[in-house]
Amino acid sequence: MAREYETVIGLEVHVELATKTKIFCGCSTEFGGEPNTHTCPVCTGMPGSLPVLNKQVVEYAMAVGLAANCQIHQKCKFDRKNYFYPDNPQNYQISQLYLPICHDGWVEIETEDGKKKVGIHEIHMEEDAGKLIHDDWEDCSLVDYNRSGVPLIEIVSEPDMRSAQEVIAYLDKLRTIIQYLGASDCKLQEGSMRADVNLSVREKGSDTFGTRTEMKNLNSFKAIARAIEGERERQIDLLEDGQAVVQETRRWDDNKECSYPMRSKEDAQDYRYFPDPDLVPVIISDEWIADIKSRQPELRTEKLERYKKEFDIPQYDAEILTSSKKLADIFEASAAICQKPKKVSNWLMGEALRLLKEHNQEPEDLNFSPENLAKLIQLADEGTINNKVAKEVFEKIYSENIDPKQYVEEHGLKSVSDEGALRSVIEEIVAANPQSVEDYKGGKKKAIGFLVGQTMKAMKGKADPGAVNKILQEVLEK
Amino acid sequence: MANIISDETIEYVGILSKLELSDQEKEQAKKDMGRMLDYIDMLNELDTSQVEPMSHVFPVHNVFREDVVVNQDQRDEILVNAPEQKDGQFQVPKTVE
Repeated sequence: MAREYETVIGLEVHVELATKTKIFCGCSTEFGGEPNTHTCPVCTGMPGSLPVLNKQVVEYAMAVGLAANCQIHQKCKFDRKNYFYPDNPQNYQISQLYLPICHDGWVEIETEDGKKKVGIHEIHMEEDAGKLIHDDWEDCSLVDYNRSGVPLIEIVSEPDMRSAQEVIAYLDKLRTIIQYLGASDCKLQEGSMRADVNLSVREKGSDTFGTRTEMKNLNSFKAIARAIEGERERQIDLLEDGQAVVQETRRWDDNKECSYPMRSKEDAQDYRYFPDPDLVPVIISDEWIADIKSRQPELRTEKLERYKKEFDIPQYDAEILTSSKKLADIFEASAAICQKPKKVSNWLMGEALRLLKEHNQEPEDLNFSPENLAKLIQLADEGTINNKVAKEVFEKIYSENIDPKQYVEEHGLKSVSDEGALRSVIEEIVAANPQSVEDYKGGKKKAIGFLVGQTMKAMKGKADPGAVNKILQEVLEK
Repeated sequence: MANIISDETIEYVGILSKLELSDQEKEQAKKDMGRMLDYIDMLNELDTSQVEPMSHVFPVHNVFREDVVVNQDQRDEILVNAPEQKDGQFQVPKTVE
């Protein structure tokens, strides 16, 4: 009989914090600047330069830790992790090994079998490395240190997950918490959230762990799920074949859907950690923790509860709206202005999500003001514009954040509900389509749809469909 | 000398510290390292089980910066330190094959 295997997964998640400056110097963290324009002697590792810790990094790390039910090491410090690689000009990364800022927490995820807690082993603060570009033609590599020194927290889970679904649920949970705290935008594509997957397999029922591998280069939820499936199968094949799994770091190639061992950094995995003498310890008082706690915003679980009580929207919609801080913020602000939460929800759930999908974007990329959505809803409600026009205007709001009122004025998109004007157009349409009129009178009530369509076309889509229907019926019944 | 440094150890330390030593230098380094370890071993004679590890020599803690951008673009000055440069970047030997 075939043996049954269980997958055991733990995650190391790196999150770039949303500070304005780097962790140890006053350089900007802004994404996408010209290479090396956000650098200084500290983040390029010049001899004699001295790092000074950014207080906001400590506060974000604490906020995330507290939201993930962690204990805080009230005396913590930084250590040097030594390695030679040009992405790190100091030849060491400043990180935390011995006394990480947060430890022993958990988050709760939804699984097929109900709720489950995933343990957080620790959260530590560290600096990001520079970016290497490999020049294929000139046999050299080029280094951009803009990202060097950007603050990261690394969230290390316990090996508590058993499937790709659980891993995705865990990542989604972390991402939502961190976005709600404003500690990071957590964009996997841009690398502000990165996950390394530690995976091993064992026979079901066994209580010892198998040999694990670590997989890197996973930049979407889908890639993570595929990599987990791929690595699980690879390890089971090895075991079934009587071979052993080798503990190593592997790089996932999502195009080829397979992983291969990484060569770099592998022959000197001796990091020789020691306390960084350039940085003094961080002592966190009870008052400081209390202060961070008192400033924690409403998190998703609480928001979801409140939405259910406060707004008349379906549970599913409330879940989607609260799944992204950005969506929830737009929803609340817009609903507060127009006082029509249900309509705001419908626009966001329908058109906004459709457009995001079409543009391959995430809710955090939404870039329009809640005022403009509220105004659009007002315009549609008053009958100033019809539904079809409203959708067109929404696309403009979505892409260019235009003021819908002004836009409708300027482009003459107001609905024509002026009886006289509409009636004369309709009479022309009816006269020009005797066949449809005959069908209608002969009992084919559906034929009216064609006539409505023709009228809308003649009015360039700007007629109020309610009025068109009403007048058409009157004309036809004559 | 209580601490004898093996050939393998000196080889390994050489790799970690990116040093290429001649055979003669290796022999000398083995002796030096052995003596250093002997010296450090003296610390083990003390019972420090009740002493909190010291993480910094100065009695100072919580030295912070506020999160305010103070550095402007100084790429040209920074790149002066690069042994070689190209397109505004540090040029290094190729790191992957």
